[in-house]
Amino acid sequence: MAHNRGLRGRRIARRFGHDQTYVTVSATQPLLQAIEISKRFGDLVANDAVSLDLRPHEIHALLGENGAGKSTLVKIMYGVIQPSSGELHWQGDKIELAGPAQARALGIGMVFQHFSLFENLSVAENVALGLPATERFGAISARLAEVSRAYGLPLEPRREVWRLSVGERQRIEIVRALMQNPGLLILDEPTAVLTPGEADQLFAVLRRLKEEGRAILYISHKLEEVKRLCDTATILRAGKKVATCDPRRETAASLARMMVGTEVGPVRAARSRHAAAPRLVVEDLSLEPDDPHGTRLKSISLAVRGGEILGIAGVAGNGQDELFAALSGECLAPQSRNVAVDGQPVGRLSITERRRRGAAFVPDERIGHATAPRMTLSENALLTGHAGGLVRHGFADRAAALAMVDRIAAAFDVRKGRRDPEATSLSGGNLQKFVVGREILREPGVLVVSQPTWGVDAGATAVIRQALIDLATRGSAVLVISQDLDELFEVADRIAVIFHGGLSAAIETAAATRERLGLLMGGSGAEQPPAGEASHAPGA
Amino acid sequence: MHLVLERRAERSLLAALGSPLLAIALTLATMAILFALLGKNPVAALGVYFVEPLTDAYTLQEIAVKATPLVMIAVGLALCYVANVWNIGAEGQFIIGAVAGSWLAVRTQGTDAGAWVLPAMLLLGALGGALYAMIPAICRVRFGASEILVSLMLVYVADLLMDYLVRGPWRDPHGLNFPTTAEFDPVATVPALIEGSRLHAGAILALIVVLLASVLLGRMLAGFEIRVVGAAPKAAAFAGFDARRVVLFCFAVSGALAGLAGIIEVAGPIGHLQPGISPGYGFTAIIVAFLGRLNPLGVLVAGLFLALTVIGGEGAQIALKVPLDLTKVFQGILLFYVLACDSLIVHRIRFVAAPRRSAHEHA
Repeated sequence: MAHNRGLRGRRIARRFGHDQTYVTVSATQPLLQAIEISKRFGDLVANDAVSLDLRPHEIHALLGENGAGKSTLVKIMYGVIQPSSGELHWQGDKIELAGPAQARALGIGMVFQHFSLFENLSVAENVALGLPATERFGAISARLAEVSRAYGLPLEPRREVWRLSVGERQRIEIVRALMQNPGLLILDEPTAVLTPGEADQLFAVLRRLKEEGRAILYISHKLEEVKRLCDTATILRAGKKVATCDPRRETAASLARMMVGTEVGPVRAARSRHAAAPRLVVEDLSLEPDDPHGTRLKSISLAVRGGEILGIAGVAGNGQDELFAALSGECLAPQSRNVAVDGQPVGRLSITERRRRGAAFVPDERIGHATAPRMTLSENALLTGHAGGLVRHGFADRAAALAMVDRIAAAFDVRKGRRDPEATSLSGGNLQKFVVGREILREPGVLVVSQPTWGVDAGATAVIRQALIDLATRGSAVLVISQDLDELFEVADRIAVIFHGGLSAAIETAAATRERLGLLMGGSGAEQPPAGEASHAPGA
Repeated sequence: MHLVLERRAERSLLAALGSPLLAIALTLATMAILFALLGKNPVAALGVYFVEPLTDAYTLQEIAVKATPLVMIAVGLALCYVANVWNIGAEGQFIIGAVAGSWLAVRTQGTDAGAWVLPAMLLLGALGGALYAMIPAICRVRFGASEILVSLMLVYVADLLMDYLVRGPWRDPHGLNFPTTAEFDPVATVPALIEGSRLHAGAILALIVVLLASVLLGRMLAGFEIRVVGAAPKAAAFAGFDARRVVLFCFAVSGALAGLAGIIEVAGPIGHLQPGISPGYGFTAIIVAFLGRLNPLGVLVAGLFLALTVIGGEGAQIALKVPLDLTKVFQGILLFYVLACDSLIVHRIRFVAAPRRSAHEHA
C-alpha cells in the first residue's frame, strides 16, 4: 500500500480501514474550519468564540501564552474534548468529533509535546499499538520503514524505544501520525526537545508535507521559528483570538506584543563580575544511574563562581537528569568531595542538608517533581521551605507558608484564581514562576535550575530569566541546565555541553557560536564517546 | 447520551464531604433490594439494622465498645493509606498485641503484682503490634517485597500462634480443657468507665488517639511528609523526605495502634485470651479508614457507623432470622461504593449527547 499514492496536485488521500477514498479539495476551501468555538470549564472560559481556518498547502502557527487556550483549542480539533459551543467543519461539512479515533479516521493527525511511547517496546510495536488492529504487524513494519524512508525520518523498526534519543522518539510520533495519511497534522511545540540541527531537519519534513497539500497546525512559543516556517499565524490571548497575521511580515517583538498584550522588554544582561570565588564546584563526579535506562555520568568537573551563570547545553537524555539529581542530593555522589557548596563538601549530604548550606534547586518537571500537584501552593512552599523558617517545633507554620505564597505571587506576578489554590490549577507559566520564585526568594548562594522556561510563555520566560540574572548579580552562583540554546545565549556567561554523560569544557558565551555548540551537542569535538555508544548520537 | 468522567480542575470540597454519604445511601438502597429478595420487608429490616440499636442504652454502649478497636486500628491504617503504604495485616498485629500483653497477665496471674501491670500490658501490646508490623515494612524497604501480601499472610501466622498458646502453654488448668487462658486478675483488666457497664477506659484512649493523629496529619511536618510521600513520591524526594522512613514509621504506628487495640480488647470486654478475640476488626477497620476519608476525625464517625452495623446485624439475626454473614456483605458493598464515590472528588460526571456521525464519513 503506497502511503502517498494520490497525493498529487490538490488531492488528499483519506483512509477508512482498508478502503481509500479520494476527495478533491479546492485551493480556497479550508480543510478544517473552527467557527466560534467556545469552551468553558466551570467559570473558566478557556476558548471564547475562536474562529480559525486551516488550509491545504499551509503551515499555520498557533501562538499564545500558556493558559491562552491553545491546548484546549487543539484538543477540541483532535476530538479529545468537546466544545461548549461552536462548530467544526471538515471540507465544508459540519462534524462532531466524539474522540481522537474519529478525528484520525477523518484525516487529522496529532503529535503531542509529551510522547506516549512504551520504552521497552520496539519502534514498530509502538506504532502498531496506535493503529487499528486490522493490519498485520508485518505489514505495519514494512509501511513504517517505507514512510520513514520517504520522508527522510530514519527509524529502525526493531529498535527498542529506550535506546533512542528524544529527536528519534519524536520521529516515531510523526511517522505514526503520517502512517494514517492525515490531511491535517497538528504539532504541539515540536522543537522544544530538539537540537538546532534536528529542528532544521524537522522543518524540511514539514515543508515537504505542506508541498504535498497537507495542512499543518504548528504550536510554538519560539517566535523566530514561527517567522521562518509558517505562512499564517493565529494569536490567542486569554482564550480569545487576537489576530491572524502573516508572521513573515511581523517582527518577533510585534508578535510577542500581540501574545502578551504589553511590551516585552529584552532581558538585561549588563553584568560582568568574574573575580569572585567559586561557590559551586563539581569535581570528578562519576555516577552509575539507578534506572537501567538512565545515563552514566562520566567524570564531570565544573566550577561556578559567585556572580556567574554557567549554562549546560545538550540534547535531552544525555545525563541532565542524572547531573541534576547528583547536584541536588536526590542521588548521592560516591564521594563527599565530588560536590562542594561554598567550599563545604556536600556530595554525601541529603538535599535538605544542601539547602541548609545555601543551595537551592529547580527541577525541570513542574508537576510531580517541583510540586505535589494536588496540594495547595502554601503546602508546596513548605515542600522546600521546611528546612528554613516554615517549621517550628515540628509543626508547620501555615501562616508563614501562606505569607511566603503571597510574597512569591507579588514578586513574580503569579496569577491564580484564589489566594492558595492547588498547584495543578495554575497554568504552566504561572506555576513555573511560583517554583522559581520559591527558591529565589530564599536568596540561595547557589541555584541549580533545569529547563527554567520549558513550555513557558514569553512573558513568564522574561520574568524568570531576569530573575536568574538578578540573582547572579547579587553574588550567587547559578547553574542553568537547558536544551534551549537561545536561553543559554541570553542568560549564561559561559556554556558547557553535556553529551553521553560527559561534560565539555565551558566556552565563554561571547566566543560561542551556535554551530560549535551544535557540534558538541551531537558528540563531535568533545572527547570521543566510547565505541558502541556512538550510534546513539542524535541525528547520526 | 453517554457518561463521561471528567477531571476537575481542583478537588471538590462538597464532593469530599458528600462522597461517603452518597456511598452510604447507595449501600442502603442495595441492602433494601437484598432484603426484598430474601423476602423481608426492606423498610422494617433496615430499621432493625440502623435504628433499633440507637434506641436502647445497652446497645448504644455496645456500639461504643465495638467502635473502640475499629477506630483505634483505622486511625493507624489511615496514616498508612495516606502515605500509599498498604498495611492489610492489622488483624495480625491486633492478635500479636493481644498475645504480647497477655503474656504479662498470665505471668503475673495470682501474684500480688501491683497497679503497674495494666500499663505495662498496654505498652507490651503496642510494642508487640509495632514489631510484628515491622516484618512487612522491612521486607518492603529492604527487598521491595509487596507489603500487601506479606502483611496479609502474617495474619494467619499470628492467628495460629495464638491458637497454639491458648491450647498449650497458657491454657487455664481449671478451664475444663477449653482453649483459653484463665480470667485476668483485676490489676490486669481495663477498668470500666461506668460501674457494671461494658464501656471501658479504652474508649477514652481511642478518642485521644484520634486527636493526636489529627494534629500529626494536619499540622505537623511529619504528617506533611506522610501526605507528600503518598501523593507525589518524586516531589517528596525533592523535598528531602525519605520514603523508606515513612514506610517504617507508618507501619510502626499502625502496628502499635492495632496491638494496643488488641490488648485492650482482651484485657477489657473479653477478660482473657481465647481464639476468636476479633470478629475481623483488623479487616473491618480498612473499610472504616476509607469511609472516614483517611481523616482521623472522619474515621471516628465511620467507626461508630460500622459498629452500628455490627450491632444491628446481631439484632437482625435474632429478629429477622437472617444470617450474620449479611453484615459482611453489607460491609463489602459499602467499601465498594466508598471507593467508587471517591472518584467524584477529583472527577465529575457529565452527560454527553451521542455524537452524530458526519454525513461525509460514508461518502
